[in-house]
Amino acid sequence: MLELEELLIRLGTFELRATMALREGRRYAVIGPSGAGKSSLLNAICGFLPVAGGSVRVKGRDITADPPGQRPMTMLFQDNNLFPHLTLRQNVGLGLRPNLRLTAEDEELVAAALARVQLGDHAEKLPAALSGGQQSRAALARVLVQARPWVLLDEPFAALGPALRAEMLDLVENLVAETGAGLLMITHSPEDVRRIAEEAIFVADGRAEAPMSAADLLNDPPPALRVYLG
Amino acid sequence: MAAAALVVAAILAAFAGVLSRAEIAGGLSTSDWAAIRFTILQALLSAAISVVLAVPVARALARRRFPGRGLVVTLLGAPFILPVIVAVLGLLVVFGRSGWVNAGLDLLGLPGLSIYGLHGVVLAHVFFNLPLATRLLLQAWQSVPSERFRLVAQLDLAPRALFRAVEWPLLKQVVPGVFALIFVICLTSFAVALTLGGGPRATTIELAIYQAFRFDFDLGRAAMLSLLQLVLAGGAAVLALGLLPSVSPDAGLDRPLQRWDARGGTQRFADGVSILLALLFLLGPILAVVLRGVAGLAQVPASVWQAAATSLWVAMLSVALLMALALPMAGWIAGRGRGRVEAIGLLGLSASPLMIGTGWFILINPWADPQALALPVTALVNAMMALPFALRSLVPGIRDVLRDYGRLAATLGLSGWALWRWLILPRLRPRLGFAAGLAAALSVGDLGVIALFADPDRATLPLQMYRLMGAYRMEAAAGAALILLSLALLVFWVFDRGGRWHHAGT
Amino acid sequence: MKYLALAAGLAGASAAYAQAPELTVYTYDSFVADWGPGPAIEKAFEEECGCDLNFVGMGDGAALLARLKLEGARTDADVVLGLDTSLIAAAKETGLFQESDVSAQYDLPIAWDDEVFVPYDWGYFAFVHEDTLDAPANFRALADSDLKIVIQDPRSSTPGLGLLMWVKQAYGDEAPAIWEGLADNIVTVTKGWSEAYGLFLEGEADMVLSYTTSPAYHLIAEEDSSKAAAVFDEGHYMQIEVAGRLAASDRPDLAEQFLRFMVSDAAQSILPTTNWMYPAVMPEGGLPEGFETLVEPEKALLIQTEAVPTLRDEALQEWLAALSR
Repeated sequence: MLELEELLIRLGTFELRATMALREGRRYAVIGPSGAGKSSLLNAICGFLPVAGGSVRVKGRDITADPPGQRPMTMLFQDNNLFPHLTLRQNVGLGLRPNLRLTAEDEELVAAALARVQLGDHAEKLPAALSGGQQSRAALARVLVQARPWVLLDEPFAALGPALRAEMLDLVENLVAETGAGLLMITHSPEDVRRIAEEAIFVADGRAEAPMSAADLLNDPPPALRVYLG
Repeated sequence: MAAAALVVAAILAAFAGVLSRAEIAGGLSTSDWAAIRFTILQALLSAAISVVLAVPVARALARRRFPGRGLVVTLLGAPFILPVIVAVLGLLVVFGRSGWVNAGLDLLGLPGLSIYGLHGVVLAHVFFNLPLATRLLLQAWQSVPSERFRLVAQLDLAPRALFRAVEWPLLKQVVPGVFALIFVICLTSFAVALTLGGGPRATTIELAIYQAFRFDFDLGRAAMLSLLQLVLAGGAAVLALGLLPSVSPDAGLDRPLQRWDARGGTQRFADGVSILLALLFLLGPILAVVLRGVAGLAQVPASVWQAAATSLWVAMLSVALLMALALPMAGWIAGRGRGRVEAIGLLGLSASPLMIGTGWFILINPWADPQALALPVTALVNAMMALPFALRSLVPGIRDVLRDYGRLAATLGLSGWALWRWLILPRLRPRLGFAAGLAAALSVGDLGVIALFADPDRATLPLQMYRLMGAYRMEAAAGAALILLSLALLVFWVFDRGGRWHHAGT
Repeated sequence: MKYLALAAGLAGASAAYAQAPELTVYTYDSFVADWGPGPAIEKAFEEECGCDLNFVGMGDGAALLARLKLEGARTDADVVLGLDTSLIAAAKETGLFQESDVSAQYDLPIAWDDEVFVPYDWGYFAFVHEDTLDAPANFRALADSDLKIVIQDPRSSTPGLGLLMWVKQAYGDEAPAIWEGLADNIVTVTKGWSEAYGLFLEGEADMVLSYTTSPAYHLIAEEDSSKAAAVFDEGHYMQIEVAGRLAASDRPDLAEQFLRFMVSDAAQSILPTTNWMYPAVMPEGGLPEGFETLVEPEKALLIQTEAVPTLRDEALQEWLAALSR
């Protein structure tokens, strides 16, 4: 269980409040107008934004003050998800050992993860030598070896074409199913929500609403969401 | 933080050493005040002119691609690392009484120019520092993401609008630091100011320190003057770095910089002229050094080669020490987001080498033979001299890396050594290469403290060159100067290239 | 085992080394250079003394004295070689030096009666020029001419200080007027001798402050007879280079032996063509060929060493005032 209790994020005059409980193994979409604070919400959960009040708990443990790397979650950003100076093998390996001292067992895990995202032949390449889709898959391979209970996506596939994006979302869906992790993903597209999310969190007007069934929310949107969806 | 403390401690310890042997000092004489006024005036003029002239040169180099550009950029670094005496003699071959310029003017029936006076001092300082200013500005220019220039091209901005939108904000941010750096460098000038200043009118504080140490052996006075120099430099540094915001340039995706603007004929012409004039001004005297040197090479005694090896060794040690000082300091400053600590870096430059050398001599002498420590101490002082340059380059670099990849590193739990090993150091490689190259080259060319400690077996190349000159052997000295110039350029090139070699995504 | 053997060997070697008494001599840089007198002097003296002579070079004469003051009585030096007549008073004031019994048939233009310091070579300051130049005959003529000269700063170099004393000794209270007259002749003032001489060779000036013996270097070492020294009729200021032994030396006998050696024929015959100065005692073989071409001033000027410090301060103020206008 990932619980947000009276969570308050304050950035200058902007404020966002959230109270909700999310279950592991389920897939949540975060939708809402630009500037509503979707990214801020995820950044706060992950520990990149200091929170002004309230708490974040995972399995009952308060992690509000924990550094990002020690939270039971991992996040993919809009860009810079791979270090450009390291090979794919090293990039993925960092997910296992921050000092990159990989045991033979670790190496096997890395190789398996890369093979799982069909990049087995590209282990020694630098990210710049790959296409956008391949880079996204490499980042997902890292998420796979990290095997954290929660995966947070801040639109990492926004720059990909529709077909490629759909492919990535399918891959994500399979991966979280394999690891049993919970998924929390920001999106602008109702199609993405229908495709992958079981529940949706609507963020607007300084509040992140508790999750509702994605289908219900899209079929019968509240007024603010209706304006956003157009 | 610890490194910053170490720099301050190294300077303070030297002070304490000098003061421990000093007698109560008197006040400043009128000639001291004259020296202070002249010192500030020449340093202000030199820094201002260097920076103003560097702007068009850096801009031209930033937006033009031509064969040999890399070589031009490397060669532009040459004057900065030349020992003063070599550079001054080179300048005189070009601008001196019977130099090339005056010979040309004479042919045309025009009256000759005199290089001696305030303008001569400023000319020499601009010769030394224009390349540095150009290098630093060029680095800043190249840090502007090419996306920005793409936008400029889309909007079809006129040069003036481009200047307002992109270049002016950039300059506002970089120029104060560069200005402060050059101001501080010129503050401690002494041989240049005296030789080209034409006499005691052109006395600087450093000469007064020199006199206090050597002829008067008045340690109290020497310490007081050194302190004054530090305060001046520190004041300049705080003004330039502390009061003005230091924002790191925005990141662009790593891709070769391509420019769509400035295709007009006038601009092309202006850029060409800027680069050409800079090359003529900077390379003329160097060419003179080379021409003299080639003739003298045959007369260079074996001891010069031995000294070259010693210098190389000191340079490597100095690079290692610089890295040990600069990296933790840069990391600490970058984390703060404020330029105050960078001011500490400048102190290393503004402390009189004679003061530091004497201070450390007094401290070391009771415990160990100072001569045995001559080379390590020289390396340490050289590293401190190079520190401000390293910081100017490394701090924004670390800021960029942390801004772009800090969150990713944090999700991965990268911290401590792993963070440096796998993220910061590899991303900083080009900047590290530049800083190390500069430190090595500066160290190779530095005469500074070694003269106070050295014995015949441990002479560095510049010292050996001075000894040759002191024995009338000007030709052999010119040969040694050429070796020195080549060695300094070579170590700079190797490090700078090494930093960029196979650098991913740059 | 290898290491043990090596360690034993090293210990043995250093023990053997330690048995030869060591004499440490502080001197200026150019003395110990490969091309300076140092190597030959070292070889000759070691043959005679069965000791290990260790030259330590540091800067010039002024730096040498500053270094000695820094080290005080703890200094390793047994002998200091390379102070000059301008520095003797300051050197004596340190109380670090010890009188010596060395005396010789000095071939100096003045009588030498200093109890502490032993002179080993000397020269006259002079303005050196291309021999095609019609050189002035004194400072007044120089001041009236359009000739350009380069001099050294008395605050940072011994020749510069020598020139200050020269003008003061020759003209006394008129010295400020002389300096004012010279102001427009002085192209520039340099930190040390090397810079000034370099500028002169580059053609930046018609004359440079150096020594009457400078042309000997060009003549003998470079077979170039184009340089000459101008003779001034008010006389030439002298520089006498001296050596002295330190009271704190733990090898007083050896130090004394070295001082005696420095005025012996063996050392004196080495100096002229390595240090490019006149020997303090005429060697048996006379001066080397080429020295006979050097000009001989008619009058030698030298200020009593005790009077130098006060006179220096006064002359320096006059110099600064005259040239700062």
